[in-house]
Amino acid sequence: MSQIFRKSANAAARSSLFGVLTLVLFLGWVIFTLMRSSWVTKQNEFVTQPLQFSHAHHVGGVGLDCRYCHTTVEKSSFAGIPPTKTCINCHAQIWTNAPLLEPVRASFRDDTPLTWIRVNDLPDFVYFNHQIHVKQGVGCATCHGPVDKMPLMYQAESLQMEWCIACHRAPEKFLRPRAEVFNMAYEAPANQLELGMALKTEYNVADERHLTSCSVCHR
Amino acid sequence: MTFADIRSRLASPTTPDGPAYWRSLDELANTDEFQEFVAREFPSQASEFNDPAGRRQFLKLMGASLALAGVSACTRQPEELLVPYVRQPEEVIPGRPLFFATAMTEGGFGMPLLAENHLGRPTKLEGNPEHPASLGATDIFGQAAVLSLYDPDRSRTLRYRGDTKTWAGFTAALQAVLSTQTALKGAGLRILTEPVTSPSLIEQMHALLTALPEAKWHQWDAVYGTVQGGAAPATPLYHFKNADIVVALDADFMGFGPSSVRYTKDFSSRRRIGTPADQQNRLYAIEPVPTITGTQAEHRVAVKARDVHHIALALAAAVGVATPGAGAPEALTERMQKVLPVMAQDLLDHGGRSVVVAGPHQPASVHALARAMNEALGNVGSTVVYTAPIAATPADGAASLADLVADMNGSKVDVLLILGGNPVFTSPVDLSFTEALSHVGTRVHLGLYYDETAELCDWHVPEAHFLESWGDARAFDGTVSLQQPLIAPLYDGHQAIELLAALNGAPGRSPADLVKAYWAERSASGGFTDQAGQAFASADAFWRATLHEGFIASTSMMRDGATMPAAPPNGAFDAPVGSSEGLEIVFRPDPTVLDGRYANNGWLQELPKPLSKLTWDNVAYVSYTTAQEYQLKNEDMIDITSNGRTVKMPVWVLPGTADGVIVVHFGYGRTKAGRVGSNIGFNPFVIRTAQDPWFVGGASIVRTGETHPLASTQTHFAMEGRAPIRVVDAAAYEEDPAIISHMGHVPDVNMSLYPPHEYNGSKWGMSIDLNACNGCGVCIAACVSENNIPVVGKEQVRRSREMQWIRVDTYFEGDPAEPTGTYNQPLPCQQCENAPCEVVCPVAATVHSDEGLNDMVYNRCVGTRYCSNNCPYKVRRFNFMLYSDFTTPELKAQRNPDVTIRSRGVMEKCTYCVQRINHARIDAKTGERPIADGEIQTACQQACPAEAIVFGDLNNPESQVSKLAAQDRNYGLLEDLGSRPRTTYLAVVRNPNPALPSEVSAGTKTSGH
Repeated sequence: MSQIFRKSANAAARSSLFGVLTLVLFLGWVIFTLMRSSWVTKQNEFVTQPLQFSHAHHVGGVGLDCRYCHTTVEKSSFAGIPPTKTCINCHAQIWTNAPLLEPVRASFRDDTPLTWIRVNDLPDFVYFNHQIHVKQGVGCATCHGPVDKMPLMYQAESLQMEWCIACHRAPEKFLRPRAEVFNMAYEAPANQLELGMALKTEYNVADERHLTSCSVCHR
Repeated sequence: MTFADIRSRLASPTTPDGPAYWRSLDELANTDEFQEFVAREFPSQASEFNDPAGRRQFLKLMGASLALAGVSACTRQPEELLVPYVRQPEEVIPGRPLFFATAMTEGGFGMPLLAENHLGRPTKLEGNPEHPASLGATDIFGQAAVLSLYDPDRSRTLRYRGDTKTWAGFTAALQAVLSTQTALKGAGLRILTEPVTSPSLIEQMHALLTALPEAKWHQWDAVYGTVQGGAAPATPLYHFKNADIVVALDADFMGFGPSSVRYTKDFSSRRRIGTPADQQNRLYAIEPVPTITGTQAEHRVAVKARDVHHIALALAAAVGVATPGAGAPEALTERMQKVLPVMAQDLLDHGGRSVVVAGPHQPASVHALARAMNEALGNVGSTVVYTAPIAATPADGAASLADLVADMNGSKVDVLLILGGNPVFTSPVDLSFTEALSHVGTRVHLGLYYDETAELCDWHVPEAHFLESWGDARAFDGTVSLQQPLIAPLYDGHQAIELLAALNGAPGRSPADLVKAYWAERSASGGFTDQAGQAFASADAFWRATLHEGFIASTSMMRDGATMPAAPPNGAFDAPVGSSEGLEIVFRPDPTVLDGRYANNGWLQELPKPLSKLTWDNVAYVSYTTAQEYQLKNEDMIDITSNGRTVKMPVWVLPGTADGVIVVHFGYGRTKAGRVGSNIGFNPFVIRTAQDPWFVGGASIVRTGETHPLASTQTHFAMEGRAPIRVVDAAAYEEDPAIISHMGHVPDVNMSLYPPHEYNGSKWGMSIDLNACNGCGVCIAACVSENNIPVVGKEQVRRSREMQWIRVDTYFEGDPAEPTGTYNQPLPCQQCENAPCEVVCPVAATVHSDEGLNDMVYNRCVGTRYCSNNCPYKVRRFNFMLYSDFTTPELKAQRNPDVTIRSRGVMEKCTYCVQRINHARIDAKTGERPIADGEIQTACQQACPAEAIVFGDLNNPESQVSKLAAQDRNYGLLEDLGSRPRTTYLAVVRNPNPALPSEVSAGTKTSGH
């Protein structure tokens, strides 16, 4: 009976040892990369909304303040999505017959709410609070990106925990004066770290131990 | 467990590990089975799956799920929708709840509530802090009522003999039927309700009865609206704050009825002593059934219910009250003979500072005797006031129902309106209500459920839940409380007032309109004032203020003193109390589901009943001695026969029950309760008669030989006889305040290998006053409601898998035949400083926060359960299965949006309501101020009527919790382990009468080592 394996099979067996190792490492890399990919995080992904609302036009163009629509951002965990009435405040006066705005008028007429798809969506076990971030000098644009330049809204950051915790470990890298929180054009000064440390003290921002306690965000 | 085991343990006091306090007879016997049960925290194959799938199947599934684990982590988050308002109401801030004052009714009496409302969904109920009947606390029904609102089994459609009909069709049909009654002046019309105190509903009823003078209004309520041996002509209102000596004659004033919350508040205010010199009240409890009031007693005597009358007579004689017309009292038991003169002397020594309380289940004679004693002792006006009955309905429901049944059987009833209640299930068996119902022409039922009564009626109208209703009700003290809806009716519900208005010729008027119009009319002439005693500027100002506050302050009879009804006539002191032969059956409503009205409420079904800690079942309690006599043990089935009628029930041996008494809880055995409450437990209504609704003698029992498995949590999470409670005698405590700290050993702080934690900001802590706690269990219900804790069912409870984060352990002391003390200990997570759970978690899912909490991170937990194994307090709960209901849409609306819903395979536990801490911290920071003491209340603390639980910042020396922790009564549970618990307890101090030396048991034992 002849040999089942030829002599060259030895080489194949040896190289397969490396092959398995490589495969495991490769799979690890795939998972690692996939988890951080924008396919999973939905970062920079445009969302088709029922109504093509442009932040670029309303914020960048018209110059509305964030709080004109997101009224509860300073007093609640939730920034607030404007009721149809807020749209109609202006659009009863301007662009009253624009076909693009028909869903808004229909909503107001029929008393049926508009339904939006959430863009910046955290998992349900994360309890983010807008009120305290705004109060402590975290700018809107720090998390939401250049909203004034977004014709359609997209998620500007990964919103993964490592991204959150980077700021919770060292908020001084991102803090800005309270007066600049809603300023879309604000740019961090060269001495950001110095300024951040000063603001941290002035605003009584909690220390790293507190900000990285699990129950601050999870409960 | 055998009696021989217990006896042999008791007979050898030298047993080194013999516990001074014990939770169950099994623990006392300490058999091998019990040790095995304790050793395995989640006993009886808890580690395996519930379904019959074997090991092979399990491995297959595990293999598949492991393979999928990596992939499933990469799934994208599902799309979530945002639905804003079209026109947002001004006061609504998404993410912040609104609170509205409203009220629920219990036996017709208003229980004031504040309802938490998230974007139109009521999610949690609290007490109304300004209302005299609540002062901020609730009872278990107040906490659980919100679940009933969303109950998917509630009746959803108006039906005529099974066919769906409309409200308009119903009112038209009813008016047609009634038009024939107009000529008869309503002679064929009968209305059956539960007790009613609602002024606006009474007005509608009176309007109807004025138009149809021959019609009759009857009352039946198996729990609140029925008396045995006649109704007392006057209603007592007690001021327990002023009472140094309290004698309770079969009166569970802290555990039963709509007044229990206020009475617990007042009574416990005399138990939360600050210094050893503070004077504590003293309670004598004479009762057939162990009650939560009885657990607070210095001297508790278990007697048959029928003997209470004789004891009251003897006590009256001893305090010098003449009882003309009453015979001589029967001879008292040996123990009672010893206690009674001492008790009488105590009352005489504290004239004007004592009170004799007669229970609602005792005949009018006992109430008359109690009143005569209170008058003789000068207590009236100081510790008790008497008012006319507050309900408009007859006080004796059984007599009222008997009249109705007689008319029904005489075919005098053409139309019967049953407005609320479930008389087909709850009515006394000798009245044969169901049979009588067949003689009625048109039967109409208004109720929350399509229940046993609805099934036998022609018309069934779904009732609106009180959170969907406009209305009003008087609280137990007469205070008018308004009900306002928190949500529009979910299932097309209607209210009784709406139905009556339709009969009064106004079918279109809404309840809101009716209630508002009634009070607009009254506000002009009522002379009402607000809490500050100021009159209202206008009818509109009155309505707005009253709706906002939830009640009219000036209507409390407690505050204003009352118009006292005349003293009872001679002869009122005598009552036939039945034979002393044979066994006595004592009927009581089930402590959590009452007469079955809450049978479909999973929270209340799973809430362990006080003392026995049973869930999901009703039983017959017997005393240890009676059990021995009849050779009964827990879970044995017996046939209970009374007057030729028999019911089969399981037995539970409850120490403290009177010998020769079988305590039977009714409310189970329902057939049409819904998917939660149907076909569980046993129905003792089949032996309860109109004549003897609360106790009856001459009964017999026979063991059937069968057994029925029961789910009691009493032995779950036991702490292996480490004596976790400390009890001292008031005199010993005053002599040596350090006596409590000497009962245990606290190891040196520096013994830990780990470096100590530092706290720069807040350092949260909790103090639980065991002297105030009476074990009512409302903390558990509040926690379940606040923290989205799932219901697991009887089968899972039997496997120790109940999920409640806080439990109330009950410890008995002394001989099980006659325990000398009963103590309650609420036990949430102790938030240890050196937490044993934290160091063993392999994935750091439970970690120490910078404010001292043991955080539990659900999303990180992989379910090893090491933490739970290592927890000496056994306060961690594991989701063995998918207990949370993720699918039923109605229940989703109930959940607290601030707390994660936990899934299968995740450990969970108390975190001091961290969602409330976070909210308060953020608000304080936004307001640039520190968090005020008392600003954060945990759910258990807020609901507790005894104010036994206090939460706060231990870093603030001025906080209430810091001051309590500095008291001499303070001790940590199992602190000899070095875990340094952050929740600490205040020891029990009992104030026994020195004249009863043999009863003084406390203050001599030590625990720990």
